[in-house]
Amino acid sequence: MQLSTKHLLGIRDLQASDIQIILDTATQFKEVLQRPIKKVPTLRDITIVNLFYENSTRTRISFELAEKRLSADTINFTASGSSVSKGESLLDTVNNILSMKVDMVVMRHSASGAPHFLAKHIPAAIVNAGDGINEHPTQALLDAFSIRENLGTLEGKKVAIIGDIMHSRVALSNIYLLKKMGAEVMVAGPPTLIPVHIAEAFNIPVEYNLRKALEWCDVANVLRIQLERQNQVLFSSLREYSLAYGINRKMLDSLSKEILIMHPGPINRGVELDSDAADSKQSIILQQVENGVAIRMAVLYLLAGNGSNL
Amino acid sequence: MKTILNEQELGLTIQRLSHELLENHLRYDNMVIIGIQPRGIFFSDRIVQQINQQINPDKITYGKLDNTFYRDDVRQGLHTLNQTDMPFSIQNKNVILVDDVLYTGRTIRAALDALLAYGRPAKVELCILIDRRFSRELPIQADYAGKSIDTIITQRVKVLWKERDGREEVVLL
Repeated sequence: MQLSTKHLLGIRDLQASDIQIILDTATQFKEVLQRPIKKVPTLRDITIVNLFYENSTRTRISFELAEKRLSADTINFTASGSSVSKGESLLDTVNNILSMKVDMVVMRHSASGAPHFLAKHIPAAIVNAGDGINEHPTQALLDAFSIRENLGTLEGKKVAIIGDIMHSRVALSNIYLLKKMGAEVMVAGPPTLIPVHIAEAFNIPVEYNLRKALEWCDVANVLRIQLERQNQVLFSSLREYSLAYGINRKMLDSLSKEILIMHPGPINRGVELDSDAADSKQSIILQQVENGVAIRMAVLYLLAGNGSNL
Repeated sequence: MKTILNEQELGLTIQRLSHELLENHLRYDNMVIIGIQPRGIFFSDRIVQQINQQINPDKITYGKLDNTFYRDDVRQGLHTLNQTDMPFSIQNKNVILVDDVLYTGRTIRAALDALLAYGRPAKVELCILIDRRFSRELPIQADYAGKSIDTIITQRVKVLWKERDGREEVVLL
């Protein structure tokens, strides 16, 4: 039982069998998290550095918790308050950390491709915790795990990814993953937030009408409007966005079937998702967060077991 | 290939072991049987089946434990994960660990560590179908053993079960 890859840089590089192994392994780790002692000694000889060049709450805590539950030693690094502000390059920073005998790197960076660059230059196993607008593989894996947990399988299920597709690494990773696992994917949102060639590139339908997208899908994965990544005006106001693409209870009740609502967090309440929808029983948002720890434990466990250098 | 136990002998051995377990645990309601994944669970299924024929079936708590995360060779990529199914507490219980073959003792060591993550049992015992004597690498011995055999390191003991292998037999390879 091994992954075909040494790093987890993106879902794009994974095979369907890798995804299957990760999801199945996570099922066992989820059981570990229900035990009175939620900790296993599996990675007690491994040291992991969490390199966060960009803000994060969920992902960082989730990775850290996963590492601790596996008994790994962890070092936390955030760009602010480090020598990065003195002008040290990414490669220098990482090489310095690795010379202190660190085995794995979990990394978030605002530049797309930063972990791929590192993977070419350093011997340690790298887990991408989100790079710019490229990929966020563990989020896609935990989304898939949550869908599978609720609907039994991914195959043939219809998932609509709704909102800011353009700036979303979650969207890209999800599209790769769902297509590899035989689910149907649709992207929906305002034309200005959907990349022009996405339909041809992935052979997936694009929908500009929210209601039609919701009627079509079994699962709606609602994305956050990433104001921090938008340097031009892509819609007139948040209020207008909310009126056209915000999901609320009334909208959900008027659909012909009950769909699952997911969101990678953090939610802009009242913008892409209203509280009455986000906190309803159709929403599995907190379940996603819970599953995130199990998925990350599975990824770290499998990569540590793979590395010939470890 | 040499047969150590044929189907009939295997059945008798399992019957004897289940009676021994009952004899030593007169307070059934405090007894917890735990099969060790992956191969120990076929044996533990049989033991529980036998015990349930003797006493009220609701009395016995039965679980399955996977020790992969606790193994000392976990990083060598040899072991697939299996399901752990222990939806109960083992606090102050008399736990009987059940596995098919006792060889180096390393599996049992890992299982003991895994077990203790579920609470503090009053007592833990070990029930084994085939005990490969003189090959222990850790100080671990069985409390109940089906059959003890002498083997050399190049030999392998394989327990075959109907639901998995199509026939019921213990062989020496």
